[in-house]
Parts: sequence; structure tokens; C-alpha cells
Amino acid sequence: MPILLFRVDERLIHGQVVIGWGSQLHPDRYVVVDDDLAGSEWEQDLYRLTVGDGNEVSFLRVEQARQRVLEWMSSDERTMLLTRDLDSMLRLARNRLLDGKSVNLGGIHHGKGRKMVRSYLYLDDADRGCVRALDEEGVCVVGRDLPGSLKVGLADLLEE
Amino acid sequence: MSEMGARGVVVGHGTLAMGMVDAVRRIAGIDEDALVALSNEGKSPDALRDELARIVGTGSVVVFTDMHAGSCAVAARVACRSGGQRAVVCGVNLPMLIEFAFHRSDPLEELVPRLVEQGRSTITAHLPHADPPISG
Repeated sequence: MPILLFRVDERLIHGQVVIGWGSQLHPDRYVVVDDDLAGSEWEQDLYRLTVGDGNEVSFLRVEQARQRVLEWMSSDERTMLLTRDLDSMLRLARNRLLDGKSVNLGGIHHGKGRKMVRSYLYLDDADRGCVRALDEEGVCVVGRDLPGSLKVGLADLLEE
Repeated sequence: MSEMGARGVVVGHGTLAMGMVDAVRRIAGIDEDALVALSNEGKSPDALRDELARIVGTGSVVVFTDMHAGSCAVAARVACRSGGQRAVVCGVNLPMLIEFAFHRSDPLEELVPRLVEQGRSTITAHLPHADPPISG
């Protein structure tokens, strides 16, 4: 079973992901790819509380995840993969590792220098640079907070 | 704990917290500073944690969250992680908050179980032709 969803969301595992997307995609496993969280057990425990007992939650550094992506794509287990920033997703996708896959931008909030694309999505120059680079790596990048929401395409994401 | 008792903070999605706090004030007449609302709307996880930490401050505090997990619950647990007179209660409902308004001078060790019990016991459902009602 391929990875069901690649998502960039600052909140990582939270209600929108577990309830909004989880009820549609029925994942067996959540994989959080984040260099900092991979070394913080107490923070991992907070995120594990969000999912039910039946779901596995893994926290890996980007380089560790790059070694496992192909395995997850061919596994019988249904995986949802999350990063909290675009840079981590781009590093995961380098060398066309995610070629042909779609990456969902589901929650990047207001911050200094960031411009609103949608109410759940604010991007600055560095973010747009990551979006362009992901596109060049063969990744289809779309904005979408929930399964029922309209997709935001590349042109809208890159508009300055 | 202050002379008046613990302070409460309700953290929720959208405008839920504001609505609940407004309802408690109308029903129980609690002071504005004693129970405050915070929404996660439009806030990054860091921004929500920072704002909640500022509101929690020092002293005896109960942080109520709408769900047992998710961004609000994570922020609440982080804000209360340093220990002291702080508690996180998840799955807030109106009877629980009203109980808080009237008993917030109790020690947290007694107050928090009381709030949980009140929240659970006031959930009931009535199905047509079913007796007794379904309760929490």
C-alpha cells in the first residue's frame, strides 16, 4: 500500500489529521519526520496521545526516513507521513525520492514575512523556494487542509 | 493558590472556548480573570503555547481543553509540564466549568476529580421508549 498522505503541517498529529484525514484514509501508522522531535521522547508522548491505541506512531530524522520511504511504500500497512515544515519535506524528497507523489500543505500559520495563501496556509520566500524545489523533484504540491476542501494549485502557492 | 482559588483557562478550536466561557459567566457570574478563553484559530503551535504559557502564569491553574488530544491539548500539557499547582482537564463541558466556578477554592487534588466526575455524570441521552436514560 503506498503512503496515503504526505503532509506538511506545523501541528503534526492533531484533530484535523487524525479525524479529518484519518477517517477517510484509515491509516495504520503515522510517521513524523522531524530532526528535533526524533530526539525528544516527552514530546513524542504528547503526539502519541492524539492517536488511538491501534495506530503505530514513529518519529524519525529526515535521513532515517529517507532509508525507509520505499519500504513504507511497498508495505501492507497504510502510512500517513508528516513533517512540520517544508524544508524537512524537501530534504526527504531530494534525489527524486518522492517522484510522482503528491505533498499536501495543510497547516503553516502566520509568521513574520509570511503572506496568506489560505486561512490555514501562509508562505514566505523561503517556503515558496521549497515549493519550487519540490516541484523540480517531481513532487505535486497542493494546499488543502481537509479532504473536502478545494485544492490550491502550484500557481496560487507561488504567487508573491 | 489565591484567596479566591484556582484560575481556569479554556482552550479550544474556533470560537468554542469563548462561547463556553461566556455561558459560564452568564450562569455562574464568575469573574473575568478567573476563567479565560483561548482559541487556537490561526495560531502556530509555538504561538499557541507561548500565549497559553503567558495566561497560565504562576499560581493555581486548571487548563481545560476541548479534546483529549490535538494542538490545544498538546499546548496545555506543555504549559503545565513544569508542575506546581497546575492541572489539565480534557473534554471540557459546561457543567464541568460551572462546577469549577463554584468550587475553585478547593485544593486541586480535590477539585480536579470533582470536575471530571461532574463532567461525566451530566452526560445523558434519552432514546424514545428507552428507560432508563443512557448516562456517562
